[in-house]
Amino acid sequence: MDGFTNAFPRRGKAFCFAVAVGFPALTRLLARRIRPRFALVTVGVALFSIFLHGCGGPVDRADVVIINGGEPETLDPAIVTVQADLRLVRALFEGLVRLNVKAEPEPGLAHRWDISPDGLRYTFYLRSNLVWSTGEPITSADVLYSWRRVLNPMTAADYAGQLYFVRNGREYNIGKLTNPDEVGIQALDPLTIQVDLVAPTPFFLSLCTFPTLAIVPQKAIERHRDRWTIAKPLPVSGAYQLDFWRLQDRIRMRKNPLYWDAAATRSEVVDFLSMDSANTALNLYKTGEADILWDKTLVPSEVIDVLINDKDCHRFSYLGTFFLRINVTRPPFDRPLVRRALALAVDRRRIVERLTRGGELPAHHFTPAGIPGYQPPDGLKHNPEAARAALEQAGFPGGRNFPVLNYLLTNPRIEQQIGVELQAMWQEVLGIQVQLRQNEMKVYQSAQTALDYDVSRSSWIGDYNDPNTFLELFTSENGNNRTGWKNPRYDELIGQANRQIDPVKRAALLREAETLLVEEEFPIIPVYFYAGLNFFDGTKIEGVYTNVVDEHPIQAIWKRK
Amino acid sequence: MYYLKRILFMIPLVLIVSFLAFVFVRSLPGGPFDKERQPASPEIKRNLRAKYHLDDPKWKQYALYLGGLIRGDFGPSMKYRDHSVNDIIKQGLPVSMTLGLLAFCFAQAIGVPLGFYTAVRRGHWQEWLGSFIAIVLVSVPALVVAPLLVMVFGIKLGMLPVALWDSPKHVILPTAALGLYFSGRVARLMREGMLSTLKEPFVMTAQAKGLSHSAVLLKHAFRLGVLPVVSYSGPMLADLLVGSFVVENVFRIPGIGVSFVNSFLNRDYTMLGGLVVIYAVFLLLLNLVVDFLYTVLDPRVRYT
Repeated sequence: MDGFTNAFPRRGKAFCFAVAVGFPALTRLLARRIRPRFALVTVGVALFSIFLHGCGGPVDRADVVIINGGEPETLDPAIVTVQADLRLVRALFEGLVRLNVKAEPEPGLAHRWDISPDGLRYTFYLRSNLVWSTGEPITSADVLYSWRRVLNPMTAADYAGQLYFVRNGREYNIGKLTNPDEVGIQALDPLTIQVDLVAPTPFFLSLCTFPTLAIVPQKAIERHRDRWTIAKPLPVSGAYQLDFWRLQDRIRMRKNPLYWDAAATRSEVVDFLSMDSANTALNLYKTGEADILWDKTLVPSEVIDVLINDKDCHRFSYLGTFFLRINVTRPPFDRPLVRRALALAVDRRRIVERLTRGGELPAHHFTPAGIPGYQPPDGLKHNPEAARAALEQAGFPGGRNFPVLNYLLTNPRIEQQIGVELQAMWQEVLGIQVQLRQNEMKVYQSAQTALDYDVSRSSWIGDYNDPNTFLELFTSENGNNRTGWKNPRYDELIGQANRQIDPVKRAALLREAETLLVEEEFPIIPVYFYAGLNFFDGTKIEGVYTNVVDEHPIQAIWKRK
Repeated sequence: MYYLKRILFMIPLVLIVSFLAFVFVRSLPGGPFDKERQPASPEIKRNLRAKYHLDDPKWKQYALYLGGLIRGDFGPSMKYRDHSVNDIIKQGLPVSMTLGLLAFCFAQAIGVPLGFYTAVRRGHWQEWLGSFIAIVLVSVPALVVAPLLVMVFGIKLGMLPVALWDSPKHVILPTAALGLYFSGRVARLMREGMLSTLKEPFVMTAQAKGLSHSAVLLKHAFRLGVLPVVSYSGPMLADLLVGSFVVENVFRIPGIGVSFVNSFLNRDYTMLGGLVVIYAVFLLLLNLVVDFLYTVLDPRVRYT
């Protein structure tokens, strides 16, 4: 509470006071009629104190108000995983490398770096003028602490895997090593950090922009433990500091004047509204209470075909894929021919044109197009004839004797519509009976993890602009595989690719791996690539540039008066 | 003495409720750390579960929860990992209570006069109109009323904000959306209570004494006629004070009504454990208050 009660001007309190005085007066009046006035007055006074406490009072409007997504789960860079939350964390905590407005890596806290010829050793040089928002200097010891903290099993960081590319990172995280000094991160002097990698990781600089690898304040964390992000003052390394965090309402950020690039920060105060209801989000945007709406899940899907023609709507292709997982451990889905038949029978165009309608593109491969230096394989186009032939070859001519297919899905309406559409397609083309099993989110997730399904709706959003963020999913040991599909050849190809320094050769290896996924083995069926939508008035809001990862440095955004 | 006994009796009740909440939510499929995006290695998930004691034996987890309950500390939220459950309740409960209280006053202010009036004007056209309004209010849920109010007053007329909880102006629409249904219920109860009271012999006695019509109605009949409303007010207030999922969701109000549903969907065990206990305590306490008010209003009722 302490954070925001002070932020309210007096007018709201005055109102609360008036009502609160009026209420006991009213109860008094009643009490005269009904005898023991004492009791009622007491109740009135008790309620009055509640009222004063809960009555907010007006908040000044921020320079820019952004509808960002759901209530942030956390602002701790080591723990954060949700994209909307990641945007907030990026504004507060910076890494050695940061994203520019086009979401490309550029120097952040480190002003330059050297990479050894074999690609295994990175040496980062910190800027000499770095300080926390509380004034203490930021040094290489902070970097060391931050990265080790992510890997420390006690932190229980979901995204610790982002540092498995560092030598001994994995071993320390899973408890094989207990001495953090053996992890391949060293501070050579107060401004120099040396990082040793397991393999030349061509996307390592992109990883360094990811909030998991951001620099966090050791002293504050040690003092306040798990609740350090809500303690005051919160030392930050990024362009903004946390002004207040009102749960189920908003996060307000204020410019960090001590940030190394503070001169480039355009807006003083920025509000991030958290929101669950798409209709409410749209109402707030349309009535001008918010300047930017950039979370796709907060655009009402019922009216999306109207909204995408709005002049405020900025569309772009997004680094995310909607696809189907197939449980390859369950007969008859253990046979690639059966999976091939299922894949060939799916008419993606019907789904994007009739159902999603937000400008999504049909997907025949898993990695979205447009990742620089990578050309995904073509995959298989919709072909009912070939689908029937494949199923017949597998021993189920016309779908005879084929067991009922169990399709796992979750609640949102669009998911149901897609399920019904797939049901119809497989029935029409292959003669297969499909049972839709709609489950609440958590039940769906645990069923998928337990391989308790035949085919399951799935989605994946890339963490960085490289095919690896998609393709590593289906290596045998990856926690996100969840198809039961294990292919030594695939693991080998991904491994080789990530040891390869030559980008052309690497792309070829990755392409070969993806070909296994979408043209030969089919543990998954790609359906469509997500389309990104940002709503803002281009004549008023400056500094938002659409890009495939949908990341927008907050410090570049401002509103014309 | 009677009330002390009642309060002491609440303790085992709360314990039973907390135990049931503990058992039920954990027997559901899926846990707080099942996500679309699983950690890269199973060890990470094990670390997470270990941190929140989810791999301890069930009795140990329950003991931990019970210990927290006694100390009034429900532990960290498993979904909103930066906050403790106490933090979240401390921020959300006053907001929900404020809104609930306003809606309660709103419902009484509309429902009691409406019910009273329709009972008194029995057989006139006012009775039909009043009863019709009450039935409409009861049958249209907040899920419909709230967006309707937003559309008319927020968007078409532009008089009131469509959502958020920033200023007194923001309070009006949610209060109405939340209170209208209850005002219908109150009106109907008030009407029933008045109608049956007016048949009582003491009303005739009062009239025979030569008291004025309004004095009979307000001083004598009202006191008994309002009893059904009073007994309904306890659970109604408990219901309103802990927030409403629909209204808080539509107007994006930072209360705990939203948390109630979400903590269940998120399998946020600790959060749900805390909220269930809070709700149980509210319900029990307010029932006690209602019983107390009975003795005040109806001279025939005495507890010993």
